[in-house]
Amino acid sequence: MKDLKKRIALNKYRNNVFAIVGLLSTLVGFFLLTALMIDLFRDGADRLSYKFLTSFPSRFPEEAGILSAWVGSFLLLLVTACAAIPIGVAAGIYLEEYAKKNWLTDIIEINIVNLAGVPSIVYGLLALGMFVQVLKLGESVLTGGLTLALLILPMVIMATREAVRAIPTVIREASYATGATKWQTVRWHIVPYSTGGILTGVIIGLSRAIGETAPIITVGALTFIAFLPTSPISSEFPFISFKWLMDPFTVMPIQMFSWVSRPQQAFQLNAAAAGIVLMVMTLLMNGIAIYIRYQYRKKIKW
Amino acid sequence: MVNESIKAAVKNLNFYYGSVHALKNVNMEILEKHVTALIGPSGCGKTTFLRCFNRMHDLYPHNRYSGEIVLFPENENIISPEVDPIEVRMRISMVFQKPNPFPKSIYENIAYGLRIRGINKKGILDEKVEKSLRGAAIWDEAKDRLHGLAFDLSGGQQQRLCIARALATDPEIVLFDEPTSALDPIATSKIEELIVELKKEVTILIVTHNMQQAARISDRTGFMMLGELIEYGHTEKLFTAPSEKLTEDYITGRFG
Repeated sequence: MKDLKKRIALNKYRNNVFAIVGLLSTLVGFFLLTALMIDLFRDGADRLSYKFLTSFPSRFPEEAGILSAWVGSFLLLLVTACAAIPIGVAAGIYLEEYAKKNWLTDIIEINIVNLAGVPSIVYGLLALGMFVQVLKLGESVLTGGLTLALLILPMVIMATREAVRAIPTVIREASYATGATKWQTVRWHIVPYSTGGILTGVIIGLSRAIGETAPIITVGALTFIAFLPTSPISSEFPFISFKWLMDPFTVMPIQMFSWVSRPQQAFQLNAAAAGIVLMVMTLLMNGIAIYIRYQYRKKIKW
Repeated sequence: MVNESIKAAVKNLNFYYGSVHALKNVNMEILEKHVTALIGPSGCGKTTFLRCFNRMHDLYPHNRYSGEIVLFPENENIISPEVDPIEVRMRISMVFQKPNPFPKSIYENIAYGLRIRGINKKGILDEKVEKSLRGAAIWDEAKDRLHGLAFDLSGGQQQRLCIARALATDPEIVLFDEPTSALDPIATSKIEELIVELKKEVTILIVTHNMQQAARISDRTGFMMLGELIEYGHTEKLFTAPSEKLTEDYITGRFG
């Protein structure tokens, strides 16, 4: 009896040790993030203003703003989403629903998983060769957006596959048993039921893309731009213009990088302020992803 | 029974999952507008047999049929490779073991089968949805919530919804794969009553784990074991005076 009590005490002691180690490890992550946020805010909060968001970069730190940078980031993400979503979703669904399981699809699968781990600068080099030099798309919004699309494509494909795989077989069989073709099953069931998971993956991918610097510099984004790309809405027929696709651009992280590398202290503050904006954009996107997932989980339970 | 015309004839049916010989030389005639039940111990091939009728096995690789399932009056072998499995599934519908409604509204669950046949007129859909829900004895419970989610129904209601879905496209045969195995006794008896009611309109083939169920609702019963059809005949005769020793042992509970 005494032995048993000793044993239990020892077991409980070990249990508590891990509880404390685990708690400390969790706090490390939490405090680091908080410290980072506080540091950014302390440096940059004063520079944040409406004017900061609506001004072009300038030689004078007080007058400099991030207009061209956030517009550039936004347009880039638009191109990225338009390219990566249809291709990634179609590829993911094809691999799960259509492709026969054989060595060829195995190789493709392994490749896609590995692509997700390729350093982003390598994508930059690939894009430089393909989009700029071979396809002659120039150092444009289109090139930048397509580069980021390549970068997040594996993430979109994997998110799609996972969401599609989560749909139970009996639901597919129910659809086929009514006489549906594969496409009808995909169109009426697979896509609607996996939308939540796919969108979550897409948004997480986009929020990674928005912070990417290396591949964008590689394909030739400018660091100092005091103009905006052509407006997508024009006053003449047909009122929509795609000229902006071919315009040069800059993005938020590049703008930050260019400010950080200046000697004047005031530019460092600008970089911190831009950092806050970028952080808010990312957190906002992640928040939307969580909300969408929550909404879909509520509606569909297997 | 006055009308005993044959709806489907199974001739020397063999089925293989890869190298596993799952059905061995099955021969059977299924009567039109009758309930035909299949009983047998787990793994005897009764579900495999059922799923031959709507070519569900074609969805997965390495499955192979030989022999014939001839559908009348066309005299068409529906497991022949020349016959499109989609055409077969359009004519023969299925109710699954666990209720599996789509995560859509009650209305859309029924309308789906019609939509994929190109029927999109609201008037026709409304009419068909009501008719099918009435046919599956769930209209009274569902009529006020047609556009509510099917998942909000109880298990037994969901299964009747699945039956309504299977009826909506006016099938020639409805296949039931242990439709009550996931349901409580009250929901089960409702489904059993429904099946007896349905045979006025449609031919029914049902796989069941429950011998009493087969005895209660079917006109003909087949007893299967290890991929073979051991005995097939009038339900009453099979349960009271089986001609095979194996059948007798199974229905008296000596194994299974």
